Amino acid sequence: MANDPIHQFQIQDLTGSFNLGGYDISFTNSALFMGATVTVITAFLWLASRKAELVPGRVQSVGELWYGMIDNMVNNVLGHDGKKFFPLVFSLFSFVLVANMLGMFPYFFTVTSHVIVTASLALFVVALVVVVGIYKHGLGWFKLFVPSGVPLAILPFISLIEIISFLSRPISLGLRLFGNMLAGHIVLKVFAGFVVSLGALGIGGILGAIAPLAMAVALTALEFLVAFLQAFVFAILTCVYLNDALHTHH
Amino acid sequence: MDPAAAKLIGAGIACIGMGGAGIGVGHIFGNYLAGALRNPAAAGAQFTNALIGAALAEGLGIFSLVVALLLLFVA
Repeated sequence: MANDPIHQFQIQDLTGSFNLGGYDISFTNSALFMGATVTVITAFLWLASRKAELVPGRVQSVGELWYGMIDNMVNNVLGHDGKKFFPLVFSLFSFVLVANMLGMFPYFFTVTSHVIVTASLALFVVALVVVVGIYKHGLGWFKLFVPSGVPLAILPFISLIEIISFLSRPISLGLRLFGNMLAGHIVLKVFAGFVVSLGALGIGGILGAIAPLAMAVALTALEFLVAFLQAFVFAILTCVYLNDALHTHH
Repeated sequence: MDPAAAKLIGAGIACIGMGGAGIGVGHIFGNYLAGALRNPAAAGAQFTNALIGAALAEGLGIFSLVVALLLLFVA
């Protein structure tokens, strides 16, 4: 099919397949764009901080804005002792943001539109929450699942709900990013497909194709907003979950 | 019923769940805006909370979308 909206998500081997111990480790377009994401982040932040001046230039102000936004967020949600998690949150935010933004270029592959990538990031975050929580509070961390001030009669039920809601965090954190990117890109391609199939109908079709074309342009703008917003949401939910590990005030 | 047809109908029914997410996100931003108009000074500090709420509400809608996609392409 000429305009198949799913085709853009196909993983392709770029160098032919390599096998190591039964695992396929060939270099794919996904790996290429993950590398590109990290390269873009590193190059940009290097450029921004190369010649640090008191009055920042254009690139340096963007770098400072980027850094300052995450610094502010970590401070607001985690407080002062959350400072040591700043590099983690900043890396997660930057990776997701730049991967989403690179995916917005035509013919570029969107790394975050694959559930394996987002689920790995989310599982890592939640596993870190458990490790940090037990490291900080010992077994007392499990009081997170036993809220205080709840009548004894319904406490088992509430604990069960708390445990289920905790276990659903990695799923919802990963699926939210994956679903947003996947759905957004499919919708863009569906509307672009309308333009192509209407345009093939002749002069009347070309006039009719103006409406889906305008819609596709508007949706592209919306997708840029979603790309930023989902990276921000991923970072801030990471902070909120880490807050559970650092300060158990239930 | 033809299994392929049942799959497509099921995917369509699963997408109804996204309407609930729409209602939820609309409630959150509507109430945020109402509060922000009453007290604009406090609005900026609560925008992050509005985003967290919207993300949590939207996540549930994404679940139903994923169920629909699983029905279409995997199951």
